[in-house]
Amino acid sequence: MTPIYKKGGTNMNNVMAIINNALDESFLEKLTGHRSLASVPFGARYRLIDFPLSNLVNSGVTNVGLLLQTKYRSLMDHIGFGKAWDLDRKRNGLFILPPAHIYQANRAYKGDLQNFASNIDYIKRSNQEYVIIGSPSVIANIDYRDAFKYHIENDNDITIIYRELDVFRRDTTYTVINTDDNDRIIDMKVDPKKNFFKKISLQRYLMKKELLLDIIDNCISKGEWDFVKNAIIGNLNNLKVYGYPFRSYAAVINSINGYYKSNLELLKPNVWQDLFLKNGPIYTKPKDEAPTAYKNGVNARNILAANGCSIEGEVKNSVLFRGVKVHPGAVIKNSIIMQKSEIGSNAHLENVILDKGVQITADKSLKGDTNLPMIIGKNTIV
Amino acid sequence: MPQEEMVAMLLAGGKGTRLGVLTKNIAKPAVPFGAEYRLIDFPLSNCTNSGINTVGVLTQYKPLVLNSYIGNGSSWDLDRNNGGVTVLPPYVKEGGGSWYKGTADAIYQNIEFIDLHDPEYVLVLSGDHIYKMDYEEMLNYHKSKNADITIGVLEVPWEETHRFGIMNTNQEQKIIEFQEKPENAKNNLASMGIYIFDWQHLRKYLIAEAEENEDSAGDFGHNIIPKMMADQLNFFAYTFEGYWKDVGTVESYWQAHMDLLGKSPELDLQDRNWIIYSVNPNRPPQYLSEDAVVDNSMINKGTQIMGTVKNSVLFYGVKVTQGAVVEDSVILPNTRISSGAKIKNTIVGRNVIIEKNSKVGIEIDDKNADNELKITVIGDDEVIPEASNIKAGMVVG
Repeated sequence: MTPIYKKGGTNMNNVMAIINNALDESFLEKLTGHRSLASVPFGARYRLIDFPLSNLVNSGVTNVGLLLQTKYRSLMDHIGFGKAWDLDRKRNGLFILPPAHIYQANRAYKGDLQNFASNIDYIKRSNQEYVIIGSPSVIANIDYRDAFKYHIENDNDITIIYRELDVFRRDTTYTVINTDDNDRIIDMKVDPKKNFFKKISLQRYLMKKELLLDIIDNCISKGEWDFVKNAIIGNLNNLKVYGYPFRSYAAVINSINGYYKSNLELLKPNVWQDLFLKNGPIYTKPKDEAPTAYKNGVNARNILAANGCSIEGEVKNSVLFRGVKVHPGAVIKNSIIMQKSEIGSNAHLENVILDKGVQITADKSLKGDTNLPMIIGKNTIV
Repeated sequence: MPQEEMVAMLLAGGKGTRLGVLTKNIAKPAVPFGAEYRLIDFPLSNCTNSGINTVGVLTQYKPLVLNSYIGNGSSWDLDRNNGGVTVLPPYVKEGGGSWYKGTADAIYQNIEFIDLHDPEYVLVLSGDHIYKMDYEEMLNYHKSKNADITIGVLEVPWEETHRFGIMNTNQEQKIIEFQEKPENAKNNLASMGIYIFDWQHLRKYLIAEAEENEDSAGDFGHNIIPKMMADQLNFFAYTFEGYWKDVGTVESYWQAHMDLLGKSPELDLQDRNWIIYSVNPNRPPQYLSEDAVVDNSMINKGTQIMGTVKNSVLFYGVKVTQGAVVEDSVILPNTRISSGAKIKNTIVGRNVIIEKNSKVGIEIDDKNADNELKITVIGDDEVIPEASNIKAGMVVG
């Protein structure tokens, strides 16, 4: 074992990370009315941020900066001091990096590089030589150690973790990349309308910290403010930018339908095994919920459920978050029911997403389409 | 150090002999309970919920699992700058050291710990009962009665009074007589093993008992309480209403789990106003497959259910394979039930593998063929080979 505080070339404790939360989350409509994308609930007991954070911690990264943009109350509430991820440390640990407009309220928002620039002191002061820049919009269970080894051995300037897709969703947008036979990235596009490539960026970028500082300075001095479009794509020709293939499950949360389908996809055993069991556990804020009670006469099949639920009705092909109550005679199909929602007796739900604390009164019937789920906003009473 | 009004001392050294293989490797307070918890979570959570910030946990028998479980107490919000939870095993003093001889001796040997916090009152608890109780209310009662000692009591059925320490009280709830497991009880108020003492009183009696009586068993019930009684100190009974269970035997342990099931169980673990905290292992959500049949059961996270589960309690990480049937049973963490296996009226330990087509607790041995319910027990880490037949009432491990 290497000492924790020793700066060691190829050891993961020589890598810091920044999770970039400056994302457009408006596509999730009501679900992001009160929260940023990072704190959108996912997979029965998680928030999207849990995945990139846990991946980093499981890979041995202990210095993580969280770049904030907007609506971050629920995110801060969830993360706290980072204890659930073992990031409440005396040295290193979790750092909250406020958005640029906190410092320069009078200036209009130009792009996420502004947030990097506002927190440049944190990046400079961290004593790691390398940095991973990640995003909560793609979730997977990634071990960065092999990618980092590849980055060093191949002497890359920037390594981008990518996945080759078999199925492109028409309703989802991707950051696509094209590589040569040696995985060098020769082209990259953000949400193109045509010219798809088969490979997509998983929004994990690895580079030397000094290089990141140079790129930020260089971009901003030219009036370029976008991390992916300017800092990465803008440097494809003058830097050694290589891809590192990731072959396990990855979900791109870039549309309502993508979000809905990715949640239901977790019901496939190979998918949840890939996401929850490979490469270490996904950590989340503990809530001390009691175990779930399945009552007399319940009919629950093909579901993922968190703790604290009390289920008496019929639930099929659905994802239930913590503390959900399903009364007798209620029927729930192909739906996502978030924390503390309550479904009254004989209510009928199909293809719906209920945000936290929704109450569906008895005998109500709600139905969305398989490709366009009905979304009920937080704390609504139907 | 700021003064604490009341310090809790939790007796957690018990071996729990009657739980057999369930306490082979762990102290009784560390025994898993209710799909998620260990027994000690109940008194520790009660302390936190009652606003008690300083808790001493007295350990002795096989303390390793218990020690690492308690950790710094953060799981119960007991990682405090002042006080918090402190594990107190026996230790060596100037004149040598000794094991805790009994409940009172354990407190006597930790007088320094209590003095450090300088409380007015000491709450003595045991680490192996299942109940939710507000100790603050009991303290208020203690103060309002001007009591020297308040004992938590519970009404028990008259036919069971011979199993308990019975308190005979007058109309003001003052205890006038104490009967230990009486043949002919005069009352049906049983001691729950919960005491509030004025610390300075208790301190005096503990020291006197240790110095004057070398052969003392150092026990509250046998030595300290009778002596205080003889000196006519003010004893009051505080009647507790609600669910309380001593899970001292395999049968009561099993029964307490069955009590958690049904439409509205008496002990509501899902009540968010009185949360029972635990170390909360981080596990993925529970998965019920297309073929799963689940009825009247309590199931924790990290489980995979592909078979049938009825009237049962499943801890985290349990896997019930397709075609397996679990009924009226308690399955402890990380155990796997393979396909075709059938389990009934059984307590299955941790990390057990029950191979295909085994029968556990299904058939009744002829010599056991009376009408009494027989609980089968499988100890931790056992592997039950394919097509075994473990008859009802057997203990493996």
